[in-house]
Amino acid sequence: MTLDVIIAWITAAITFGTVIMFGCIGETLNEKAGGLNLGTPGIMMLGGIASLAGAFFYERSTPNPVPIVCVLISLISCLVVSGLAGLLYGFLTITLRANQNVTGLTLTIFGNGIANFFGGSLVKLSGGVGQISVASTSKAFKATMPFISSNLGIVSQLLFKYGWLTYVVLIMAFAMQYFFNKTRTGLNLRSVGENPATADAAGINVTKYKYAASCLGAAISGLGGLYYVMDYVKGTWSNDSGIEALGWLAVALVIFTSWKPKNATWGAYLFGFCYWIYLYIPAGINNALMKLFNVSRTTYMQNLYKMIPYIVTIIVLVLVSSKKKRENQAPQSLGISYFREER
Amino acid sequence: MDNNCAVQLTNITKSFGPVVANENVSFDIRKHEVLALLGENGSGKTTIMNMLAGIYYPDSGEIYVNGNLVSIKDPKDAYALGIGMIHQHYKLIDVFSALENIVLGLKAEGKKDLSMAREKVSEICSKYGFEMDLDMKVYDMTVSQKQTLEIIKVLYRGADILILDEPTAVLTPQETARLFNILRNMRDDGKAIVIITHKLNEVMEISDRVTILRKGQYIGTVNTAETNPQQLTEMMVGEKITLDIKRDLVEEKNLRLEVKNLTVINNENKRVVDDVTFNLYSGEVLGIAGISGSGQKELLEAIMGLQKCEPGSSVVYYSTAHGVHELVGLSTQEIIEHGLHLAFVPEDRLGMGLVGNMGMTDNVMLKRYRKGPGPFLHREQPHQTAVKIKEELDVQTPDLEYPLRKLSGGNVQKVLVGREINNKPTVLMTAYAVRGLDINTSYAIYNLLNEQKKRGVAVVYVGEDLDVLLALSDRIMVLCNGKVNGILDGRTANKEEVGLLMTHLKEGE
Repeated sequence: MTLDVIIAWITAAITFGTVIMFGCIGETLNEKAGGLNLGTPGIMMLGGIASLAGAFFYERSTPNPVPIVCVLISLISCLVVSGLAGLLYGFLTITLRANQNVTGLTLTIFGNGIANFFGGSLVKLSGGVGQISVASTSKAFKATMPFISSNLGIVSQLLFKYGWLTYVVLIMAFAMQYFFNKTRTGLNLRSVGENPATADAAGINVTKYKYAASCLGAAISGLGGLYYVMDYVKGTWSNDSGIEALGWLAVALVIFTSWKPKNATWGAYLFGFCYWIYLYIPAGINNALMKLFNVSRTTYMQNLYKMIPYIVTIIVLVLVSSKKKRENQAPQSLGISYFREER
Repeated sequence: MDNNCAVQLTNITKSFGPVVANENVSFDIRKHEVLALLGENGSGKTTIMNMLAGIYYPDSGEIYVNGNLVSIKDPKDAYALGIGMIHQHYKLIDVFSALENIVLGLKAEGKKDLSMAREKVSEICSKYGFEMDLDMKVYDMTVSQKQTLEIIKVLYRGADILILDEPTAVLTPQETARLFNILRNMRDDGKAIVIITHKLNEVMEISDRVTILRKGQYIGTVNTAETNPQQLTEMMVGEKITLDIKRDLVEEKNLRLEVKNLTVINNENKRVVDDVTFNLYSGEVLGIAGISGSGQKELLEAIMGLQKCEPGSSVVYYSTAHGVHELVGLSTQEIIEHGLHLAFVPEDRLGMGLVGNMGMTDNVMLKRYRKGPGPFLHREQPHQTAVKIKEELDVQTPDLEYPLRKLSGGNVQKVLVGREINNKPTVLMTAYAVRGLDINTSYAIYNLLNEQKKRGVAVVYVGEDLDVLLALSDRIMVLCNGKVNGILDGRTANKEEVGLLMTHLKEGE
């Protein structure tokens, strides 16, 4: 296994991790306020298609797209659309008190369908399969830093040659951790997710906090979809629901991080690293494992490798719950609607 | 009105649907004073205080705080007026530290926010003598510490009027003594304190005045120094009312249950049933009286095999048909499988007793679906039973498959009692069988129980209304703090006697 392979593996893990880190911290924000939004994969798809559509129509309308406008248009369309999806989720689960699991799953199916529908239309508009590309926007998102991204040899290659959203998500994750633990608003938000009746009695507007967390959380998750479209697949689209698959990993990552955004900063990359094992595993080890499990084909083996992130999540869940440390558990009223009259 | 008056309640009335919880209640709460609000269960004492705390809003009447007419719409308004209530169920967040719970929902105060709050809290603690580690998480706290935290929280929000709902219910005697010291400190500091209670010894110990409520009505206020437990009991339980319940004497009595040294410790490590010993005979109604939470529920559940009993406990079941069995150690399913005819009407009808989303037939089937050959359900017999129950007990339901949760409480209870009686029980245990039912249905249930008694069933009736207990029971066993505090003859006992036994533990008060 050469150094190049290892660098490629880590690079792949980091871009992969960035997608699910967005999804994860957005969902964490919502879950901290008691909303279990299984619609996250769908919301990420909506965010992805919205950013693509915005960029696509802007790039079509002008011969020389300005990078900053490309970025703003796709960011705004992504945030607005995914935020609206969060608002819809909030309306259904907070105001109408619908079951959160059902609402979330439905939202994923809905988002997936909408995104693929418009994705197909956009592909057609641009002339057929494989033709769609928002090259200017993608380039703007993949812009690297002047000196440190190229002149530091291996350090540049490993750490500084990613698109700027990769660093934004890290800052957001740490900022969110700080918000939860060091601010009054964060304290109030957590109290809403732990015990809304108590929060209510303490004069906290439970509904307002829940709505804010739902909308903001969804908007942040949606950025994962944008990053996927613009950076991960370099400004293209295919109707393969690839974002959704990663979205489920983002939801699993919330549990893996035990609802702490700071853990997402390494957990997401670890997931990426595990996910790409199947491509980068040294042939010798692969062959030995194939022999050990008596597997005849490499593709079969790859499917086994792809399970590793999920297995890691299960192991972490078991470890966390056996430790019984209350701080590592889910917010107490996660998934439960709040009725004031029941106090 | 003098300056000492903190709160004045005038003609407060509050009803919930047809139930009047408070009717024209007027009294005042004064500064520099501990007022005890005394009354039985359901006398409306918590309800009236909840109106001060902003949980409920009165239908009519006026509240004056410090001489000004006020309208308290939610807990925020109450805080703004300096009223803080410590509820029986603490409103704390488990994973937060003490300090975080105290500042929850308040605006931050400048940059060094939490350290400023910490100083202010420490000040309050030293002023009144609280001991509290502010960084301790609530889930590591004892009940007493949680209560202390609630009181600090209320004081931090600037409350001058403190209301404590049954503050000693979950405390040990030492913790109670410590709480009372703190209450005295706060009183001497000029705060107005109300404790809602039904424990007479505590009323005598801590309060300056006592206000008594009974069945939602204001009975009177007396100075603690000028009264005694007997007078208070009389005011609390009132005159005996004669109820028209037919109580026959069944001559033939056989031992059915022999309960010996039954002890249950709950997961808060409290002895909820403490060394209970009694016998139960066929052809009698044994009434069980006690303040709610004195161990009635746990006692019945322990007999049914739903609670884990401590070593040394024994419940022996005697029956002419099935012989003698030791019940402790058997699960509920084993009790049913042995063919032992114990019937249980639990307090929580649609939680423990029946499945609300299923109809009558299915609910009847619940207790016997294991019978019959093969993996398939046999609905014919349960269906017939359901028809029989519907006719005999006059259950108002559109259809035997109609979900029970949509029926009225009375009809639900009829289905439950009907099912239990249908199994021809040897022992029939009921917990709060008439709670929430109207008069007519209540009488229907009393008659059913009496009928069973005449058939030679041993009936246990856990109730809260003393008049009914006295009119229905052949014997009355009074529980106090999980202990048997006396067994009286239902025909000769009077309310004062039972009331005193309920509130005053005989030995070693």
